[in-house]
Amino acid sequence: MGESVIQGFLLFSGAISILTTLGIVFVLGRESWLFFGSGQVDLREFLTTTVWQPAIDRFGILPLVNATFMTTTIAMLVAIPLGLSVAIYLSEYASARARSLLKPILEVLAGIPTVVYGYFALTFMTPLLRSIFGRDVVQIYNTASAGIVMGILILPLISSMSEDALSAVPRSLREASYALGATKLETAVQVVVPAALSGITAAFIVGISRAIGETMIVAIAAGAGPAFTFNPFKAAETMTGHIVRISGGDLSYDSIDYNSIFAIGLLLFFITLTLNVISRWFVQRFREVYE
Amino acid sequence: MTIFTDTMANSSLSLPIMEPRDADCVIEARGVNVYYGDFRAVKDITIKIQRRKITAIIGPSGCGKSTLLRTFNRMNDLIPGSCVEGEVFFEGCNIYDRDVDPVEVRRRIGMVFQKPNPFPKSIYENVAWGARINGFRGDMDALVEQSLRQAALWDEVKDHLRASALTLSGGQQQRLCIARAIAIQPEVILMDEPASALDPIATLKIEDLMRELVRDYTIIIVTHNMQEAARVSDYTAFLMMDKDRAGMLVEYGPTDQVFTTPRDKRTEDYITGRFG
Repeated sequence: MGESVIQGFLLFSGAISILTTLGIVFVLGRESWLFFGSGQVDLREFLTTTVWQPAIDRFGILPLVNATFMTTTIAMLVAIPLGLSVAIYLSEYASARARSLLKPILEVLAGIPTVVYGYFALTFMTPLLRSIFGRDVVQIYNTASAGIVMGILILPLISSMSEDALSAVPRSLREASYALGATKLETAVQVVVPAALSGITAAFIVGISRAIGETMIVAIAAGAGPAFTFNPFKAAETMTGHIVRISGGDLSYDSIDYNSIFAIGLLLFFITLTLNVISRWFVQRFREVYE
Repeated sequence: MTIFTDTMANSSLSLPIMEPRDADCVIEARGVNVYYGDFRAVKDITIKIQRRKITAIIGPSGCGKSTLLRTFNRMNDLIPGSCVEGEVFFEGCNIYDRDVDPVEVRRRIGMVFQKPNPFPKSIYENVAWGARINGFRGDMDALVEQSLRQAALWDEVKDHLRASALTLSGGQQQRLCIARAIAIQPEVILMDEPASALDPIATLKIEDLMRELVRDYTIIIVTHNMQEAARVSDYTAFLMMDKDRAGMLVEYGPTDQVFTTPRDKRTEDYITGRFG
């Protein structure tokens, strides 16, 4: 009797998350259907043209996708090398004392609200970039500043997931390496990291998903207007940033503008879903069996 | 990784020889104590290991056999809280001297572990990796073949060298670990219960292999299997715990003598199966 109540409760908890996901997919799908069914936009134009100006019925999503791609790339350029280095340090080099000091600091970094990061980008990173590269090169709103700060935000995620993967590598492999006269660096880089590669790659992919979905930093610091540019020092609006700005304004329900943000949301959903599937596949495919 | 590859180039130990060399003695431990934190695991052991012989270290579980073995290539350094007192001379120089690089010691004194622990890489790469990081620049294919032949594994794996080492059986994996150890051409091979995780046939193969290898290498083997020690070794060291559970050397001598006419009553009790 008691067992079946608990089982029912657990099933209920699981069902909530599944139903929520299904609900989101349903809403995104329905509104996007209205958007594409309106006759004012077709899917090919949506996916392949480079002007996003709802006022004149131009719905080419590439400027938004491009800006998301830019901030994500910059963020990962910061987060992957730093995060992996931190993970290697924590798992292979740090004394118990250093680890007990560093890990809480990283957790604090992960716990800072993203709005704080957003203003940190705007009021610290942007002036810093402008003083380095020149005020006429770096615009006040730019994807570089947002991307770098986003990288700092994602760093703890990557380092903690990578460290878990490194720590899971059995001691016996490290001993095998040391017994062959390998140095600590050779052991860490050539034995432990390759053995943990599937977990580390999964960490990278989760980090990328996080960067693509991150909203507050880019809404504050990257720019408030779709622009198709590959220059990281220019303002550009990401997919998430655009959704925030449009939905924050007075947008009338059932207008094509309103529906367009659901189409963007649906595309975002597909991108992160694809990355998660790839990540799962990667872990399965390259999972190291140690014995 | 080129900055770390100079060790094989100057393979003579880069240290002054401080003790007169005894031609037959490769490793000599003097007054060795090993502590894990406050616990003394090995107490005051003095022993001379003979060149190109198999020395077996036997004794009951927990008597510090593996700990003693691991002092010979400074593997205990890797255990947090461990500490070694005393001197261990390898070819006349104390490997616990402050300016000795443990990496160099381990290159010259190889090790095979209790549980086969091949890298999750290909068979070829398992053998080649150690040589490569030590700066080997000769014919790698030849070295891999030669090492695998010496480890009596070549015929079984020559057609799938690129397959993962983890596809091999336990006994094959252990012979691969031996091939990996000899590929860096060490002078001594330490074996920590190398056959204890293997079935009897694989065990016999490893023992035959040891008899082959001892022509070129000095081998020290830890085993809790007395028959194994009697079968393969030339010298036997018997360790036992004292009342504080610290391992001490009770008897050391030629295997025949230790097993047939032990000088110490405790050795006799142990090898006749009265305890342990």
